[in-house]
Amino acid sequence: MSAATPAALEARAVSQLYARPARAFEGLARRLGLASPARPVQALDRVSVRVERGEVVGLVGESGCGKSTLARIVAGIRPPTSGEVLVDGKPLASLAGREAIAAKLRTQMIFQDPYASLNPRMRVSDIIAEAPRLHGLIEGSESDFVDRALERTGLDPSFKRRYPHQFSGGQRQRVVIARALAVSPEVLVCDEPVSALDVSIQAQVLNLFLDLREQLRLTYLFISHDLGVVHHVSDRVVIMYLGRVVEEAPTEEIFRRPNHPYTQALLAETPRIAPGQREFSPISGEMPSPSNPPSGCHFHPRCPHAMPVCRSVAPPLEAVAPGHRSACHLNRMPSTLEQEIPQ
Amino acid sequence: MIEAPLAASPTQAPASAAPTLVVRDLCTHFPTEAGVVRAVDGVSFDVAPGRILGLVGESGSGKSQTGFSILGLIEPPGAVVGGSIVFEGRDITHLPERAMRRLRGNRIAMVFQDPMMTLNPVLTIGTHLVETLRAHQPVSRSEAARRACEALAAVGIPAPAERLDAYPHEFSGGMRQRVAIAIALLHRPALIIADEPTTALDVTIQAQILFEVQKLARAQGTAVIWISHDLAVVSALADDIAVMYAGRIVERGPARAVLAHPAHPYTRGLIGSVASQNQRGQRLRQIRGMPPRLADLPAGCAFRARCDHATAACEAAPAESTVAPGHHLRCFHPQP
Amino acid sequence: MSALAFPAGARPRAQSPWRQAFAKVARSKSALAGLVVLGLIILAAVFAGLIAPQNPYDLVQLDIMDSSLAPGSKASAGFTYLLGSDPQGRDMLSAMLYGLRISLFVGVGSAIIACIAGATLGLVAAYAGARVEALLMRLVDLQLSFPSILVALMILAVLGKGVGNVMLALVLVEWAYYARVARASALVERSREYIEAAECLAVPRWRVVMRHLLPNCLPPLIVIATMQVARAISLEATLSFLGLGVPVTEPSLGLLISNGYTDMMSGKYWISFYPGLALLVTIVAINLVGDRLRDVLNPRTLQ
Repeated sequence: MSAATPAALEARAVSQLYARPARAFEGLARRLGLASPARPVQALDRVSVRVERGEVVGLVGESGCGKSTLARIVAGIRPPTSGEVLVDGKPLASLAGREAIAAKLRTQMIFQDPYASLNPRMRVSDIIAEAPRLHGLIEGSESDFVDRALERTGLDPSFKRRYPHQFSGGQRQRVVIARALAVSPEVLVCDEPVSALDVSIQAQVLNLFLDLREQLRLTYLFISHDLGVVHHVSDRVVIMYLGRVVEEAPTEEIFRRPNHPYTQALLAETPRIAPGQREFSPISGEMPSPSNPPSGCHFHPRCPHAMPVCRSVAPPLEAVAPGHRSACHLNRMPSTLEQEIPQ
Repeated sequence: MIEAPLAASPTQAPASAAPTLVVRDLCTHFPTEAGVVRAVDGVSFDVAPGRILGLVGESGSGKSQTGFSILGLIEPPGAVVGGSIVFEGRDITHLPERAMRRLRGNRIAMVFQDPMMTLNPVLTIGTHLVETLRAHQPVSRSEAARRACEALAAVGIPAPAERLDAYPHEFSGGMRQRVAIAIALLHRPALIIADEPTTALDVTIQAQILFEVQKLARAQGTAVIWISHDLAVVSALADDIAVMYAGRIVERGPARAVLAHPAHPYTRGLIGSVASQNQRGQRLRQIRGMPPRLADLPAGCAFRARCDHATAACEAAPAESTVAPGHHLRCFHPQP
Repeated sequence: MSALAFPAGARPRAQSPWRQAFAKVARSKSALAGLVVLGLIILAAVFAGLIAPQNPYDLVQLDIMDSSLAPGSKASAGFTYLLGSDPQGRDMLSAMLYGLRISLFVGVGSAIIACIAGATLGLVAAYAGARVEALLMRLVDLQLSFPSILVALMILAVLGKGVGNVMLALVLVEWAYYARVARASALVERSREYIEAAECLAVPRWRVVMRHLLPNCLPPLIVIATMQVARAISLEATLSFLGLGVPVTEPSLGLLISNGYTDMMSGKYWISFYPGLALLVTIVAINLVGDRLRDVLNPRTLQ
């Protein structure tokens, strides 16, 4: 990981806290014992992710892990509570005016729900042309611009006067991609872009992603809960659990030698197409709620190898092999463990 | 990541026992403004006790409507217009509603994708279970409560006695689905129809639910129809697989056979398009074109427009043929 | 990469959601009947000057000798009082046509103004959030906790009679409904992904509200507006009936009903009856259309 060339996209120690604003008289109610203090929800806890230019980083995690929140923060839709987002090495928050807009346009987002991510009352041509028109990115006729944008994602340009509800789910997702590409981004943050689509359409749209990456030299942050898809498209994989990064490594490495017990469980429990049934041996316990996370390592209540230290100290993310980092106390040498246990 | 096949599990009910459910040429049509939608168009299959049938298909394939048809849940103007459904030797195709209600929840149970379709948000879990029990059997409240606790424990809900007074919103999604399964299993039904019950759940929770269902079905000898679009889930769970496309079953047979030697081009395409079945970094094998509109299906094989092996013969609807014992196909050009 | 074609048989033209909604409304027979009746009423009101045998506001044309004549009687001027005449000697038919015009003008006008004002405040409340929202919504709650007639009467008692004052009173009474509905709708839409996409594309905030948020919050507002028109018309009729609405020389339907109220007992039914019938038919027609519109624009059935 060279520090000299800035990453295309980087999140540095990003945290996101959701705190309910204090209601009127809440202080009084609390003193009278009628109300308990509102606990802030920590959706993200000092998460750092680096995406190098031209890379595809796969982000995997289950509900409550904060991946959607992280996606919106790095895409510039929402500011983090603390930490910073850097685009080409420059902090997003420090930019202003035209520079800020340019930086925002560099990172575009593809959403999960193809039905909700298009304005139902706008024609497809307006949907695609709106932002480029506003930011002066269209050279020549707007109609040609829209045609090219649609063709790039495999849609017939003669349908550009239609409304979103006249398209199928897969086609709508292509419109979403065309809209994102219309502002010539360099990084695409894809939040479960194919999960809502039929299997046969998923393959088409995934192929589209792979083709576009080559043709336009794009960089992806690809979020998915489907490990098979992540394995197929990613160069590197980051695993998240309840607001923290628990493991990250190059794709083949993490699938062959998963280090963190959560990663191991995920890989073991993901059903695969294999002739012959299997016996399931799932890990116990429910996903804890982000508003009441377990102390120390978030995974310890469900971990088959939990030790006393896991309950009190959150393990740091450390290298276990070149390019492979994991946050688990099992990796740490016994001597260092004794220093960590609080007295 | 192309996995090696795993060994089959040893405890499975023999397929030769009298089938719990026999469906023959089931047709369910919905009249709409755009024309008659043939949601289920001549579907036939058997499910034996203790066996799990995976009904696989994409949206619009008719898999959910097949489940609803069996349970008599098709609302007018839609209707079952043809074929027969024989459950435990009894023809229930056009059973009057009163008789159907005695079967539902008792001998045939259904689990939906959204557990809130089963659970009333203003009633406690205990009320749900006790009510269901007392609807079909004369038991006292205390006896019903005891059995409710047992049912919750059987699906892996910790401290069931305390959870009886809880409301659905106090449970997580996975727990709610387990409660729905517990309700389904209360009367030890002969048949459970599960419509995508784990699609909305996380992988780790899904694994737990699959585990519970597999264990309970084997223990009680319940026949299960597991409807899903996810071939991987079905492959791990089901004894038999039936693949549906545009309202028809295009291929069915033992899960091993269908997954290892898929004969229908659609099944092949479906398996081939799953990411884990392809080489990393290569383009995925994809089925070209789009799913058909059910209101105007072409005559003959509905998959014709997207099939690489279609010929003029495919303009006639293929009848069901046999490629191997128990392995049936609707295709003029089975793939070796 | 080859372009994807639509499956055979797809509709050839673009179909705007508005056009779809209109088609769905027209499909219900009662709503269609309501639309037709409403259309006729509006035409009658607009072309009242051409249809009416007499201009009831022109005091020169009225003949006090012709007062309270039964339907079918002949006027001194020569034409027939098809629906009779009122105590001032006005031809009932003409008075009704012109009165319809006023009732519709006041009703529709106040609904539109209240809608614009209320919806703006509601959208601002939803987008601004925090204290602005809290303040505006408490104002709304305050407004809605008073009976509308009471508020309208108080305002008119202070301002005096007149068409303009009546409209002002109605607007002040009605804006709160729109604000509440607009805010609720905007809160739902605000967290939708297409709004996030617009923000990701650096679309300026005012444009996000006007071009993305507002059009998608319109359906419930349109339904409310339709029902509110009916309500405004009947509220204005009530106020005029009570003597605090439009001036005596330019009567609306409500005032016409009020004029003939006392004559009902002496058998001169036509003075109140026909304006009352006109009012009833108008409101029922609006409600039929509004009911159907509400079903059609229900977001759950829209998808």
